[in-house]
Order: sequence, then structure tokens, then C-alpha cells
Amino acid sequence: MIEIKGLHKYFGENQVLKGIDQSVNEGEVLCIIGPSGSGKSTMLRCINRLEEPTDGEIFMDGELITDENLDRIRTKMGMVFQSFNLFPHMSVLDNLTCGPVNVKGESKAEAEEKAKKLLARVGLAEKAGEFPRNLSGGQQQRVAIARALAMDPEVMLFDEPTSALDPEMVGEVLDVMKSLASEGMTMIVVTHEMGFAKEVADKVIFMDGGYIVEQGPPEEVLGNPQMDRTKDFLSKVLI
Amino acid sequence: MEVYLQGFLIACKGIPTTIWVSLVAIVLGAAVGLLLALCSQSNSKALKLISKLYIDIVRGTPMLVQALIMAYGVPQLIQSMGTDFKWPNLVIPAVIVCGMNSAAYMAEIIRSGIQAVDKGQMEAARSLGMNKRMAMRLIIIPQAIRMILPAFANEFVTLIKETSVLGYVGVVEILRHGQLWNSSSFETFPAYIGVALAYMILTIPLSKLINGYERRRARKEAAA
Repeated sequence: MIEIKGLHKYFGENQVLKGIDQSVNEGEVLCIIGPSGSGKSTMLRCINRLEEPTDGEIFMDGELITDENLDRIRTKMGMVFQSFNLFPHMSVLDNLTCGPVNVKGESKAEAEEKAKKLLARVGLAEKAGEFPRNLSGGQQQRVAIARALAMDPEVMLFDEPTSALDPEMVGEVLDVMKSLASEGMTMIVVTHEMGFAKEVADKVIFMDGGYIVEQGPPEEVLGNPQMDRTKDFLSKVLI
Repeated sequence: MEVYLQGFLIACKGIPTTIWVSLVAIVLGAAVGLLLALCSQSNSKALKLISKLYIDIVRGTPMLVQALIMAYGVPQLIQSMGTDFKWPNLVIPAVIVCGMNSAAYMAEIIRSGIQAVDKGQMEAARSLGMNKRMAMRLIIIPQAIRMILPAFANEFVTLIKETSVLGYVGVVEILRHGQLWNSSSFETFPAYIGVALAYMILTIPLSKLINGYERRRARKEAAA
């Protein structure tokens, strides 16, 4: 479904991605782990072009992503950010309907009906009329997931979705993500939650220094890593 | 005492003109200012340059000089090109100058407001498939406006005071009323005290309103 070929990214002189090749199949959950500065968020952000790749090609459903088709392809990719990025001047419901109505031309009634269902699905049906500032971090992130789902995406990109949350709120967000995965959503997740990766991922990528160091099923990469750098990293994080 | 009251009442006759000119000018200024701010944020070098030149020229020259150019210079220039031209009413160039002048300041205010909106907001909007223009309109500008409301109102207070130079280009506003009365009555001190008071009854309540809004907003943000 998504194919990344020869992806390089420089920030000025600094090379952050040094040639990434990777593909994600439909229904697959890919977790990207690695130390900070390893390039994992940059790689994710290159997929929907929030970062402009310096070199390389990214295909979605076999179609090369270009400047021309970018806005259309982005509607097929839901993105969830570390810092939620809900629209603070809109109610929760309007956050969910704003994309479908303005970008996809859905009717307000249709979009609202779908939004209410999605809010119920993330356990926040009663918060439709609230403004984001009145919600907890975990609730905001669940709304952000619902907002991305409201576009009916084919793939969901998660950029460290639980890193900005208080520890007691991590679980509620991970639960929503797990249920999404179990329903067959294609997901690419940059995360520090090794437990989540172990339980949900079909494939885990360990990145360091702009390279993919090791990849494979979670039981191999997390359970029986082959590379020293992977072993070193895993020994420092709690599983 | 009576003479002071008389001076004040005469100056007050100019209030409708001053308010009218200021209101039209602030609307014009906000519209042109928004355009300039968007130009300064665009990817086009030419638009950026135009916006910067405009702002530098307007901010680098006194409004009185701009008003003289617009009210008297421009008609003379057009006449010299063989077209008969006269402002039907000198309030028109006055309003244009005030609006264009205010636009330069509004542009800076709006630009700072747009830049103050968190970068993640644009990213979230773009990730939903919005193009840049739609994201600006639906997500960035509404948030920027909320942030700049106090600065916008302060600009309005400044503008009200600056319209006092328009007396020199034939607009009979607050100051001009006072001057005219002074030259017939020779009550110089009461005349100008009256003028000052007339400006104060416009500007002080407005400033109080702005302060109240800022306090309320600060409380609301502290509660969130």
C-alpha cells in the first residue's frame, strides 16, 4: 500500500535519513522504534510530506506522490501528532467535521452523524460540544485520532502519540489504537511504547543514525535482536 | 467655566466626522493589512517585496505628508496629465490615507498574529488534505484574529488620535472645529482643552474596554 524508495533527508548539512527503503502492506501495523534523533519521526513525516524529502520516492497504492496529487493523497492518510494539534477555536464536533465538509465536500449532516459515531468509538460521545481546552491530554489525543478517522483514511500515521501524555492517560490512547489495529487498519506508528509494539505490530523497525538497523516481526526484533545497536537500545528501555 | 464648556461642545461637533473617518479607515486598513500580511507570508519573492516596500514607505513618512500628497498632490498630478480631476469631498482622500496608513501597521500586527499560531496547526490542517489557502482561512486566520484583537483595538485608538492631522487637508474634524472657534473667539486655552477632552471621551472608554477584554481572556486561559 505504501512504498518508500531511497528516501534521503537533509536538514541543512545534517543528514537525517540515509536511504530508507520500506513497504507497508494493507492491514499491516508497522512500528518504528529507536533513540531520539534516529530519524524515525522524520521518516514518518516524509510519507505525507510534512517534511519534503531531499531525495527518494514514496508511492501510495502504486501512485507516486507529487506536489500535484499531494492534497488528494493526504486525505487517504490520517495523521496523529505527539502534541494533538486539535483546532482550539472549534468544538470537538467541528474538529471532526471540518475536514470532511471542506476538503471532501460531505454535507454537514452526513459529517456530523459520522463524527458522532467516531466519538462514541473513542469513548467520548458526550464531549462533542466541548472545546479542546476543556479536555484532558488523553481525551484530546483520542479526539485527534477520531478527527483523522473522519476522513476515512486508508492508512493512519502516528507520530509518538503518547509521548506528551501523563502516564495514567497513555493506556486509554493505546487501547483506541489497539482496537483500530484489530479492525484491520493499516498503521505506521512511531513509538516508545515497546509493550504496544510487541503486542500489536506485524513488523518492527529499529532505526538509528538515519538507517534502518534491524527489522522483522516483534518477537524477533524485540525478543531476540541480532544487531548490537538494537540490543544496546533495548537494554536501556523497559519492556 | 462656561467658556470651557463651550470649547468642549464645539470640539464635540467634530466627533461624528472623526469617528466616521476612523471607522472606515480601520476597516480599509484591516482589509489591506491582511492582504499585505498574506503577501509577506507567501512564497513569491515579488509579493514579499511589494509588501515590504509598502510597509517601509508608509511607516517611514509622516501621515500629514501622505495626506498632503493624496489631497492636493494627486489631483494636481492628474490635472497636469490633462485630465480634469478634483476630489468631490476632501474626506475621501483623508479616509484613503488613514486606511492605507493603518494598513501598514495592521499588516505587522496580523503577521505577528499568524506567526504566533502554533506550527502544528498548519500541519494538522494540511494533513487533512487542506491546501494552504484553505488552511489559512479556516484554521490559522481565525486563531490569529483572536490573538491580535487587543492590538487591533489599540491601533484603532491610535488612528482616532492621528486623524487630527486631517484638519490640515480640509477635513473639519475635532481639532479643526476647535481651531476655527479659537480663531474667531481667541479663547485659545479653552478651545484646545475642549479638543483634548473630546478625544479623551473617545479613546479612554475604548482603552478600558481593551483592558477588560485582555483581563477576561487571561483569566479564561489561566482556567484552561
